[in-house]
Amino acid sequence: MATSIGRIQEKEPAIFDKLGRTVVHEGELPRHSVYTRFLHWAYGICFFLALFTGFAIYLPFLFRWFAPAFGGPATTRMLHPWFGLGFVFFFGLQAINWWGPMKWTEADSRWIRHLPEFLRNADPVEPEDVGMYNGGQKAQFWEIVVGCVVYLITGIIMWAGAPTFGAMAVAVSYILHDISALVMLFGIFFHLYQSTFGQPGTIQAMTRGTVSEAWAWTHAPAWYRQMTGRDPRQALEQERQRRSARERAIEQLSRSTGPGGGKT
Amino acid sequence: MSDRRVLQTEQISGHPGPVPGMGTQRDLEVCKLIDTTTCIGCKACEVACVEWNDMPFQPTMFDNTYQTMPETNWNYWNLIKFNEHVREDGALMWLMRKDQCMHCADPGCLDACPADGAIVKYANGIVDFQQENCIGCEFCVSGCPFNIPRFNKETKKVYKCTLCSDRVGQGLEPACIKSCPTGCLHFGTKEDMKFLAENRARQLREVSGFKDAGVYDPAGVGGTHVIYVLHDAEHPELYGGLPKNPKVSFAYKAWKSVFKPLGLIGATLGFVGVVFHYVFEGPKREQPEVPPRKPEGPAGRKEA
Repeated sequence: MATSIGRIQEKEPAIFDKLGRTVVHEGELPRHSVYTRFLHWAYGICFFLALFTGFAIYLPFLFRWFAPAFGGPATTRMLHPWFGLGFVFFFGLQAINWWGPMKWTEADSRWIRHLPEFLRNADPVEPEDVGMYNGGQKAQFWEIVVGCVVYLITGIIMWAGAPTFGAMAVAVSYILHDISALVMLFGIFFHLYQSTFGQPGTIQAMTRGTVSEAWAWTHAPAWYRQMTGRDPRQALEQERQRRSARERAIEQLSRSTGPGGGKT
Repeated sequence: MSDRRVLQTEQISGHPGPVPGMGTQRDLEVCKLIDTTTCIGCKACEVACVEWNDMPFQPTMFDNTYQTMPETNWNYWNLIKFNEHVREDGALMWLMRKDQCMHCADPGCLDACPADGAIVKYANGIVDFQQENCIGCEFCVSGCPFNIPRFNKETKKVYKCTLCSDRVGQGLEPACIKSCPTGCLHFGTKEDMKFLAENRARQLREVSGFKDAGVYDPAGVGGTHVIYVLHDAEHPELYGGLPKNPKVSFAYKAWKSVFKPLGLIGATLGFVGVVFHYVFEGPKREQPEVPPRKPEGPAGRKEA
């Protein structure tokens, strides 16, 4: 178990092994270590806190009712930059953690070019060259990396304010900060959808840390090959045959015992 | 100026025709006129401001000029800016300009402010900060083309000249006006003050030899409710950095009113998109999934 996790994340603070564990059941593969999962939920919480405090400042006309939940408008304003810093800090650690697996490859460019087919679910399984993350996931990751840099720079300019950086810098930062937030908000809907309703069986990768083998050969075939050494398409075919053999066996059994035979 | 309009009849029940006396009320917009050409830099207005607004006196800073301190502060809203200027003919001029909030007709601070009710503009033109609603974001500082709002780091609120809205509401002139010994400060309706200022500027041009003398009432912010008479209206920046053509930043105009709501709608399309995808395309399940149910034929029914 520990060795297979070691194959995903090589450098991980040892303390996280004591804080939590990843149990890999029969027919599952380990996907995310405790450290990765901790970071994910840490910046996830920071993201939504920053989002809702930000909303109250972004369009008070519509969202002023978010402010009381954070202790009133002035406290909302006071907290927002700290939530933002938390988000950038934890995501920064995750970016270091994922820098390797998120490297852009030729396969990702191909994936992006065929995006409309994936949206139509034209093929029930991902192309064979899709590794741990597909092109869409990587694109979103790098968008957030860029977004974090924009957030941090423009946020600090607005935080220190016009007396330090000048009115013009604040006015420009204000627009860039908003655009970055809007792009990320647009993206988060896809992230939430794909990890839950869009691809059932995905969210357990970030909760328990494992995915089923079927999930792996369906959504990340090259990663499946890397983890198990088996061919993802062959594995899928074997599973199909195993299932139809089982169906046939059940049918045969029910025929030989006759209707209601199961009761005896 | 008292608020006589409050008791002026606006509507009459069962009354045919127009309301008698409608529109006879004088212009309600107030204005402070500062004639920099007759200011002697006595600082009486600075003291009156601090006193009326009940702010603590603070140490001043002597920098070998006739200026009380380098800049206005959160508890010092009114400062005579002092500048020495050598004219082209070699004559030395001392330029004294009373620096405070200009009370713009189109206030950049109000456009920039994201807090509900923190900045209000009254019908008489006074722009006032309501500190109890201020969230301390300092956007007003970047929205102001005159660099007026000042932040108090302890209370995390922003302050500036109120044009003594409390006095004006009771029919009194602002404290600074009352204290001025030379009569370089005037207070009245915008129309009257413009008239007075233009007259004085004409006098300066025609009699006193200041051929560029004029009135400073910048159109870029829709005019202001504090106007200046300057010896040299072509170069207002000589008077301690008065901007020649102040404007409210694009960031607080088009972005805030148009692109912000549009952007939010755009981002929400992401949500609409995934809902449509789930409904019309459905999820991508792990393979092999249970095959879709076959339509039941007569043979199937026999077996059941």
